[in-house]
Amino acid sequence: MEIKMKATRDGFGEGLVELGQKRDDIVVLSADLTESTRAAWFKEKFPERFFSMGVSEQDMMGTAAGLALSGKVAFACTFGAFAAGRAWDQVRVSLAYMKTNVKIVGTHGGISVGEDGPTHQANEELALMRILPNMTVIIPCDAMEAKKATIASASYPGPVYLRLGRSGVPGVTKEEDVFQIGKASLLKDGKDVAIIACGVEVYEALCASESLKKENISARVINLHTIKPIDKDIIIKAAKETGAIVTAEEHTIMGGMGSAVSEVVSQNLPVPMEFVGVKDRFGESGDPKELFKLFGLTADDIVKAAKKAIARKNA
Amino acid sequence: MAKQSDINELKKIAQEIRIEIVKMLNCAGSGHTGGSLSMVELLVGLYFYKFKCDPVKPLCNTRDIFVLSKGHGCPALYAVLARMNFFSKEELCTLRKVGTRLQGHPQRGLPGVEISSGSLGQGLSIANGFALGARLNKDSKRIYCLMGDGELDEGQVWEAALTSAHYKLDNVCGIIDYNKFQIDGRVEDIKGLEPLKAKWQAFGWEVFEIDGHDVKEVTEAYDKAEKIKGKPSMVLAHTVKGKGVSFFENKNKYHGTAPNKEELEKAIKELEMEK
Repeated sequence: MEIKMKATRDGFGEGLVELGQKRDDIVVLSADLTESTRAAWFKEKFPERFFSMGVSEQDMMGTAAGLALSGKVAFACTFGAFAAGRAWDQVRVSLAYMKTNVKIVGTHGGISVGEDGPTHQANEELALMRILPNMTVIIPCDAMEAKKATIASASYPGPVYLRLGRSGVPGVTKEEDVFQIGKASLLKDGKDVAIIACGVEVYEALCASESLKKENISARVINLHTIKPIDKDIIIKAAKETGAIVTAEEHTIMGGMGSAVSEVVSQNLPVPMEFVGVKDRFGESGDPKELFKLFGLTADDIVKAAKKAIARKNA
Repeated sequence: MAKQSDINELKKIAQEIRIEIVKMLNCAGSGHTGGSLSMVELLVGLYFYKFKCDPVKPLCNTRDIFVLSKGHGCPALYAVLARMNFFSKEELCTLRKVGTRLQGHPQRGLPGVEISSGSLGQGLSIANGFALGARLNKDSKRIYCLMGDGELDEGQVWEAALTSAHYKLDNVCGIIDYNKFQIDGRVEDIKGLEPLKAKWQAFGWEVFEIDGHDVKEVTEAYDKAEKIKGKPSMVLAHTVKGKGVSFFENKNKYHGTAPNKEELEKAIKELEMEK
């Protein structure tokens, strides 16, 4: 069966247009990456509610804050690397501290950006966003979920960071699946190990669980689409029932989703944990598929990590 | 235009605000004396003459918006807001103390304070956002944004300056408290800004260069700015850091130092004499 590939940024673009049609209070800003972030789809339909900010991410965040304080829900769109990197202090003070109703859209997350290379591959921004009080951090796993996350974030009070990808990813969720901010989804039950993944790694995790099944290893797969607020219950339950956890994210393993999970696990029910993610290094140019192998983010890498976690549990 | 009797009243209010500022800073034991005193007439000329607001309904839709971008000057704003009854004058003495609404740098939530600020350079962008929002809401409110001169070193200010002009935000009125000092010393020594008027003009702004301690000039500038159409206005106000107290004036030590008891008594004596 051929799997349909679609980028999460496309799901965002569709969600934004739907929001624009339903709600007059939605405004969109873009820092000269209007086509790339899919903000263009909104701009085409609602030009009077779209604001081109030029290559000025800091100014964009502040302007979005002012619009939000005027009663609008402002979507501020750029690449994740620039949203969090270039404009972090503006995000900290003008958005998080003031709890302004701004939805930061960071596309081109992770190494799946591919050929553009390290400056454009956001591997650190989840950590930067997660540590801010009042911030909500969401990473949809496929285009369908991205659309739902976009629509849900518009009704969710306060600043939200939405992490999206450039490249097409396999569809994992279905139209009828419920998406709720802060509530992770159990995609596959299992008792030997729990794989907690986000973004494109959710698909890799599902593939890994299939491989493990062939070796009679029962792996639970959880889609932790919201890193903050984190779904503690599902994590603690997984620790209790499987006794071994692997986290998988397209992001540095320092401070991101894996760290967030380990904060919950270590404080509630410590079990062996393994981390699949980028290992304290910058990205590089190349074909995304090859990069995933090079950076150890494939289903095979998750399988290895799962076996290691199980071995530690049984040691 | 403000009448002469109004001007005299505004002058008196300015001196009384200064007394509140030095008292408040002494009470707190720390804070920014120089930059609070330099911006007094700029605030008084706005709030007690031009500004539309309702202390009983601080978030009413018809209000004008004041964005304090140079957040460290908040003692001056707090004194003005208290005098206008946004909150009680007694609360001024809680400045910088645990549990206070009067944070060391302003925090949204205190009635009359529109934005949290303190990290410099962010206010003008937010003011632009308010201005675009007002335009979408078909709302005639005016947006004022007070910046410091040292603050203009921040790149974001100039990003925002482009935005205001690009979107022809004639509902935006910037104000620069040009007191010629920043923490490290004289602006011209640390990072020169001149020719400052020409810079803003080149960025597409209408600039009104005034004596920022002359209440008549201040109120006239706000009146004129309101009539400018198709572009934003900037009130470039020459001021004196520490204005009103001889031993604070142009003494950069008092950028971030509060008056002690002895200094407070002397300062109040001087300010009372000028009333």
